[in-house]
Amino acid sequence: MSGLDKRVGSYAEALAGLTDNMTVLAGGFGLCGIPENLIGEIRRLGVRGLTVVSNNCGVDGFGLGVLLEDRQIRKMIASYVGENALFERQLLNGELEVELTPQGTLAEKLRAGGAGIPAFFTATGYGTPVAEGKEAREFNGRHYILEPAITGDFAIVKGWKADHFGNVIYRHTAQNFNPLVATAGRITVVEVEEIVEPGELDPAHIHTPGIYVDRIIQGSFEKRIEKRTLRA
Amino acid sequence: MALTREQMAQRVARELKDGYYVNLGIGIPTLVANYVPDGIDVMLQSENGLLGMGAFPTEDELDADMINAGKQTVTARKGASIFSSAESFAMIRGGHVDLTVLGAFEVDANGNIASWMIPGKLIKGMGGAMDLVAGADNIIVTMTHASKDGESKLLKHCSLPLTGCGCIRKVLTDLAYLEIDNGHFILRERAPGVCIEEIVSKTAGPLIVPDDVIEMSF
Repeated sequence: MSGLDKRVGSYAEALAGLTDNMTVLAGGFGLCGIPENLIGEIRRLGVRGLTVVSNNCGVDGFGLGVLLEDRQIRKMIASYVGENALFERQLLNGELEVELTPQGTLAEKLRAGGAGIPAFFTATGYGTPVAEGKEAREFNGRHYILEPAITGDFAIVKGWKADHFGNVIYRHTAQNFNPLVATAGRITVVEVEEIVEPGELDPAHIHTPGIYVDRIIQGSFEKRIEKRTLRA
Repeated sequence: MALTREQMAQRVARELKDGYYVNLGIGIPTLVANYVPDGIDVMLQSENGLLGMGAFPTEDELDADMINAGKQTVTARKGASIFSSAESFAMIRGGHVDLTVLGAFEVDANGNIASWMIPGKLIKGMGGAMDLVAGADNIIVTMTHASKDGESKLLKHCSLPLTGCGCIRKVLTDLAYLEIDNGHFILRERAPGVCIEEIVSKTAGPLIVPDDVIEMSF
């Protein structure tokens, strides 16, 4: 890793500096487009007390679910967490705190966090339990609530291809939250299926420009399918 | 006879117009895609970041990087686009989706909807439902008219925590198609062979029964 070359040689180096009680932003939707090796490295590091921001929390034994096994997550900020028995148990035991956030609000909180916008008004959640304790305001006869942005100490991202400069493209719907968390991490780490030579990626097709990215690493991925559904 | 799930989907599909962008929720709403009328082309939006959702894949097409909002493997149709979750909800929140179809536990006569949380039971999260109901102008809620115990789901006031307030104007149940206006349900259509008395008895919220209630046909 030197200058504009963001490549690192090992997963240990990719997550160097990650310590207890930090906030980690993770890309992915269900098990699609999750940074599975970076999650594995967090497990190996054994850091605890983490606040994890991700749309979901994996499943038992895969994805972010593995960080529950050694109780590394203290607080989860997510929109839907229904796929995980261990999550349920730790929540009911009071070992885990959860902040349920509407999916679009979660996406926008991350986008805003990365874009230097501290908070924004949205109609989503007005008049519901999500609005409790939040400022409400009327614009043009509609009601909105104030939602603060989210940033994190680390962002962990799964891309398809990246060049040395950390320009990233995503594959199909594995994009999801990845480009958003990539903008909102103090240190953004991207793992990809392939690192290519600078110039190979069309500049007009870059999803995440390298300015957001601090470290990139090439990995191999299981890409587990959560609900395999075939045409009859 | 109460409508089957397939008939409910068929009835909703009659609301589709050529050129519509449509978001279909999980369950009965998903079935609507099977009944798009001939000569009409619609683009299905899946809130994980896909506009132009196609059929489920064959074994050969199966791709872990290609899923819908229900986390099922899907394909993209010709003319599809793929984008981030923020872009996806900009479309939804910004009112660009022409029709949203979703399920609910309860709807009330003020257009409030409860669909994500039953106190005392485990709370799994609202996913994108709150954004969908807050952002869309044209929403159809699909649900059974009453619970298995016969309790009405069309109420004066929702009893469960809300997903959104004042946002629902159309409800299709297994017994009837109703609109919501000015603090009332208005009965527009009844399922084939279902009498108005049954609908009245199973609607707890204030209900207006006009003279010209249509009997649905399939």
